[in-house]
Amino acid sequence: MAGIAIIFHFSSSPLSNHIMASNSTRSFDAIVIGSGISGGWAAKELTGKGLKVLLLERGRNIEHIKDYVNALRPPWKTPHRGRNTVAAKAAHPVLRRAYVLNEGNPDYWVDETESPYVEKKPFDWFRGYQVGGRSLMWGRQSYRWSDLDFEANSRQGIAIDWPIRYSEIAPWYDHAERFAGISGTKEGLPQLPDGQFLPGMELNVVEKDVAARIKKHFNDSRRLIIARVANITEPHEGRVNCQYRNKCWLGCPFGAYFSTQSSTLPAAVKTGNLTLRPFSIVTRLLYDRDRKRAGGVEVLDAETNATYEFKAKIVFVCASTLNSAWVLMNSATDVWPGGLGSSSGELGHNIMDHHFRAGASGRVEGFTDKIVYGRRPTGFYIPRFRNLTDEGRGYLRGFGYQGGASRQSWTREIAELEVGAPLKEALREPGEWHIGMSAFGEILPYHDNRITLDHARKDKWGLPVLAMDCKIRDNEMKMRADMMNDAAEMLEAAGVKDVRKNDSGYTFGEGIHEMGSARMGHDPKTSVLNSHNQVWDAKNVFVTDGSCMVSTSCVNPSLTYMALTARAAAFAVDELKRGNL
Amino acid sequence: MDMNRRQAVIKMALLMGATVVGPRLLAAEFGSGRGSSARFGTDDIALLDELGDTIIPDTDVPGAKAAGIGEFIAMMVNDCLTPSEQAGFADGLAGFSKDYRKRFGESFVAGKPAERLAFLNELNRRNQHRPRQARRGRRGEEPAVSGREIPNSTYFFRTLKELTILGYFTSEIGCTQALRFVEVPGRYDGNADYRPGEHNWFTEVR
Repeated sequence: MAGIAIIFHFSSSPLSNHIMASNSTRSFDAIVIGSGISGGWAAKELTGKGLKVLLLERGRNIEHIKDYVNALRPPWKTPHRGRNTVAAKAAHPVLRRAYVLNEGNPDYWVDETESPYVEKKPFDWFRGYQVGGRSLMWGRQSYRWSDLDFEANSRQGIAIDWPIRYSEIAPWYDHAERFAGISGTKEGLPQLPDGQFLPGMELNVVEKDVAARIKKHFNDSRRLIIARVANITEPHEGRVNCQYRNKCWLGCPFGAYFSTQSSTLPAAVKTGNLTLRPFSIVTRLLYDRDRKRAGGVEVLDAETNATYEFKAKIVFVCASTLNSAWVLMNSATDVWPGGLGSSSGELGHNIMDHHFRAGASGRVEGFTDKIVYGRRPTGFYIPRFRNLTDEGRGYLRGFGYQGGASRQSWTREIAELEVGAPLKEALREPGEWHIGMSAFGEILPYHDNRITLDHARKDKWGLPVLAMDCKIRDNEMKMRADMMNDAAEMLEAAGVKDVRKNDSGYTFGEGIHEMGSARMGHDPKTSVLNSHNQVWDAKNVFVTDGSCMVSTSCVNPSLTYMALTARAAAFAVDELKRGNL
Repeated sequence: MDMNRRQAVIKMALLMGATVVGPRLLAAEFGSGRGSSARFGTDDIALLDELGDTIIPDTDVPGAKAAGIGEFIAMMVNDCLTPSEQAGFADGLAGFSKDYRKRFGESFVAGKPAERLAFLNELNRRNQHRPRQARRGRRGEEPAVSGREIPNSTYFFRTLKELTILGYFTSEIGCTQALRFVEVPGRYDGNADYRPGEHNWFTEVR
């Protein structure tokens, strides 16, 4: 193991001198709230254009490599082998609801007792309060939207129109992919545009066979491809390529997947223009009603409870979807009781996510002379094929599948085997191949799906908490039937045996793709942000994380946040130069 | 964002089939809590070691006892099972010891290997795991009382088998001797040759 250290990703950050050591400097060109995927991109882009940037993060610092404390821990050093203890479950009443609570990286997740929220309806909110946010633990699936997505609201009369189209964001997808490093294959599919890819990872032998059979059976109208992921398959931007350990969410010592720490933060630090301040809870934007601008932010130090004001010419709000709305709701309340951006009546509304956990699985005969070497940190993807031309399935929009094939491991049941040597020896060998897939479906933007501030309930710092009131409706429920049945249909068409359908249920927020709350639009009367992510009511405030989304597509959203953030940052700097901010 | 969800999703899909060792430990369908947490003394650990070693014995590579299975099971029961599950396990363990002594006139620890194995295989046939179904309702909650409570003897045996397999194949012996373990594969080959009898690569990563 000692030899590994020499090929670890060498971080370009010179120790930690970008961390704010005193509070003496109070004025910056730009302030970025939040250091996750969107905030990291904002910091990189703005510092890269010469702005002095203060990057605020409410949680602790996590240093690249050094603080990935479990990244190299072998299974036998993990006391409960990844299983949760009764005590861990009791301490994490929300996280315990899903796989996210895990012995491997409990420190990457929010302390729920410090930061509660109210579930008017069941809502899973899985947060990462630390430098890097959820960029440390994300699934890394990275897909472009298409005009099928950007035009859907307008064409179908749902909510409001997106103020941008694919042609406007495409160059920014290029930019984001080139820097972040997205591996994938070019497919020429209009609903899933190709990008600037590093070589895609490999489908395994069974996935290739199933892909070929699906392609043939459905005349190429359905396609099984390798997932496009922010794992680099070649050395890239000073980072080491993926080593196929499949331990991404513990933090990668090779820097082989995109995170704030591996990618945007070192780039921002390198400019010499970045100051990072962890433990900084932004309580409000300081709104100047005469200038109709934010003059800066108020920060509550999470460790000392002291408050500070920091000034800047522009503010990027990238606190993650629901928390960005929280910051806006708490700002300029003397002008608008509902907060900055509430003049539209849309702030906190139109909350979306992706619903999932419906699909199918089955057993694959044959291929017993084949096995997989290496632990690929992703699976296959089946791009959306439903309602591409409004064919009418009784619901709007569509879904895509994520899945994988593998041989069974020692966890399998071998009912006919006697315990003792026969069982032991059988479990030492791989079992049969199985394949499974689960769909991720679009959730429509419903005005009534909303979050509000609950002033009766306070967090550890005495701040009001969010109350969630969201549910999926008929459109999503109808879609789930196809999500399950189409998966089974494809597996059966591919010759898979013992195909079993499943719908394991979905709770709002569980997709961890929270979107909406401060949507973009053409009109300040119906939207919080304009087409450049500027708050209509304070043009030097930009909201570029999932809050800005007008609809959800069915593809994973993070790459779109990267592109929108970079686009907004370029616009902001141009506007600053023009004297418009 | 979806973190490790792809892995979880695939696991969920694949686990629809029958498994002994799931991502969550076997949760009992007990109606009510009873008793306090199980306390394991050295005798209990020794018994659990022998039970584990009967399920996964020494062959060409060491078995479960060498991997410290008794201590592991005791820790998992104490840390990961609810008080009522612990009580169910402890009661099942006590009943097992009693039944064994009644049948063979001596303790399991002192028993003859062939008799121990035969007895556990009787239990194995009687207490097969049922295919694991996808859970309905809120995840992370204890399963609703179903009215189909399983007897303590069944719960004990299934938990014993699950924890033995889990503990063994994630131990250093299990990973590196029973299976093939590579911390840093460095590459991926989705079409590698496999010959019957070759041991599997360790792939369960959490």
